[in-house]
Amino acid sequence: MDPLSEWIADRKIPIGRWGRDFFDFLTTNFAWLFDTLARFLAGILDSLVDLLLAIPPFLLVLIVAVLAYALQRSWKLALGVALGLAFIINQGLWKETVETLVLVVAAAAASMAIGVPVGIWAAHNRRVYQFLRPILDLMQTLPTFVYLIPVLILFGLGAAPGLIVTVIFAAPAPIRLTYLGITSVPQPMLEAGQAFGATKRQLLWKVELPAALPSIMAGLTQCIMLSLSMVVIAALIGADGLGKPVVRALNSVNIPLGLEAGLAIVVLAIILDRIARIERGSDR
Amino acid sequence: MTTAVEFQKVDILFGDDRQKAAALPLVDAGASRADILAETGAVLGCAGCDLTVERGEISVLMGLSGSGKSTLLRAVNRLNTVARGDVTVHDGDWQANVVTCSEAELRKIRRECVAMVFQQFALLPWRTVAENVGFGLELAGMPAKERRARVMAQLELVHLSDWADKYAHELSGGMQQRVGLARAFATQAPILLMDEPFSALDPLIRTKLQDELLELQERLKKTILFVSHDLEEALKIGNRISIMEGGRIVQTGAPEDIVLRPENDYVRDFIANVNPLSVLTAWNVMRDVRDLENAGEGWMWLDRRRTTRFKLDANMLVVDAERNGAPAIWVSCDNMEKLPEDRPKVYWATAGTPLKTVMQAMHQSQTAPVALFDEASRFVGAIGIRDVLRAVIRR
Repeated sequence: MDPLSEWIADRKIPIGRWGRDFFDFLTTNFAWLFDTLARFLAGILDSLVDLLLAIPPFLLVLIVAVLAYALQRSWKLALGVALGLAFIINQGLWKETVETLVLVVAAAAASMAIGVPVGIWAAHNRRVYQFLRPILDLMQTLPTFVYLIPVLILFGLGAAPGLIVTVIFAAPAPIRLTYLGITSVPQPMLEAGQAFGATKRQLLWKVELPAALPSIMAGLTQCIMLSLSMVVIAALIGADGLGKPVVRALNSVNIPLGLEAGLAIVVLAIILDRIARIERGSDR
Repeated sequence: MTTAVEFQKVDILFGDDRQKAAALPLVDAGASRADILAETGAVLGCAGCDLTVERGEISVLMGLSGSGKSTLLRAVNRLNTVARGDVTVHDGDWQANVVTCSEAELRKIRRECVAMVFQQFALLPWRTVAENVGFGLELAGMPAKERRARVMAQLELVHLSDWADKYAHELSGGMQQRVGLARAFATQAPILLMDEPFSALDPLIRTKLQDELLELQERLKKTILFVSHDLEEALKIGNRISIMEGGRIVQTGAPEDIVLRPENDYVRDFIANVNPLSVLTAWNVMRDVRDLENAGEGWMWLDRRRTTRFKLDANMLVVDAERNGAPAIWVSCDNMEKLPEDRPKVYWATAGTPLKTVMQAMHQSQTAPVALFDEASRFVGAIGIRDVLRAVIRR
């Protein structure tokens, strides 16, 4: 190596060590906080899973099919949903599917709960958006495995760290799409609201949010899909669900098991996407 | 007459505070928009605009795009902020200066005093027609039941009752703008701002909606501030027209004032292609009785060619008429069609008779002059063929 490069390499900036020191500091001082949070989240997820598993699978399939019909008004979809879930029962992956469903729905709900208000805030305040943009880029581009390690250290193994990693990965989508939806509300509509005397809050609830709804709903479906794509990675840090058989299949080169679990994930993805999709009958 | 909206020395500038502060002296010096932009970076919206809109009149702001007409209109409900000057809105005994009033007062103005109709309709597509019309009332907190009754009454007014529960995007452009009108009427605000409301519609629908607006105005007697780039439209619906150029008002007056007495070349160019028949009346073109030529013994020539004369009594009532030396009858040009052809006729009109009718009367009577009578049938003046020609070619 040339002397200059050598000189530079000799003075390595200890980023890795700083990071470790930071997490050491967190674990020694705030272990109680992370433990409580982990137990709390795991408690919620576990009781939801228990609740759903207590319902006979056949009945739950029926409930989901009825829900699909109620939301989308389509017999075909309801029938498809029922058949898809029946296939999962048939493959013996019902318990894992319910665990995954709970994790995905919880992660999507948490991402939306964070993402929509943050998106609105960013849309109304340029500074917030400028501050947020690099953070969102970081959340979406940083390889998942990199933040898997600290999350594992802070929260231990189980469902809670799985949920947190999934939210970190999925939340940028609703933030960006809510931001996009609110900032692209047509100017004349905003002016109509102002001209008829809307307060800031009325403008948000009666003009901006309804106008941005298609975009926000696109954020929801994206959020669900991103959460599903994290299922296998979450299984690496101990989250239960369909990811586990996939990881097991990978470790033991078990083609049948991998295929079955993989297909179950695909079926679940299609069902969730079709149910959560909201298309408005407008030609805007 | 009482004032509804008053603009006093209104300047509107776009840019940041420093640019605006730098631009104001240039505005005072009468600099053009391009100069102000080059020197300070601020964009001039309006400069030194003075205008009084009387209650119940339709005042039209007229100009090409970029002339500042919409900008001035939008100062009335503070969609544009005024850099300097005052905009006062009157509602009965209550009044407020839009430029300086508080947020609460501004909301009162927007909810109760001033309603707006937009060029692109600006309806909310996820709401039904009825929900759109009730939008302003909903913002003001009116209970749903009362609102529905008020909304249905407004829809009746614009002939859209059957469409109440359709979505706005299911309607044609003309119908959508009727919804926009109903939404503005629904708040019962006495002042209406209309920002090129009919420009986005095709010509037939535009004419129809203009007629409907005039018809509604007969009944509702709103104060309307109307922005248009179409002179024919302005002349048709305006009681008063203000022509704007480069952010400044260059002439304000009644439609026939603008057409007959343009104050500068800009206005003259503007009206060059307008059809004068659509605005002019007998009153605008007549020669006053005092300017007519005396024919002796109480007779008076109506035309320069001395073809027609009237004999007048002391009260200026016509007692005898002659046309080409033969006795003639004098009849109103309102019932031109029904008269027999036998005797020479001299038609008479009143001040408000359209110039077009006067021309028809001339045509019917082989180019005889048309007399002008007041309400008490007194002779006030005459219109010869040269007067008509001069008005039409504007010389």
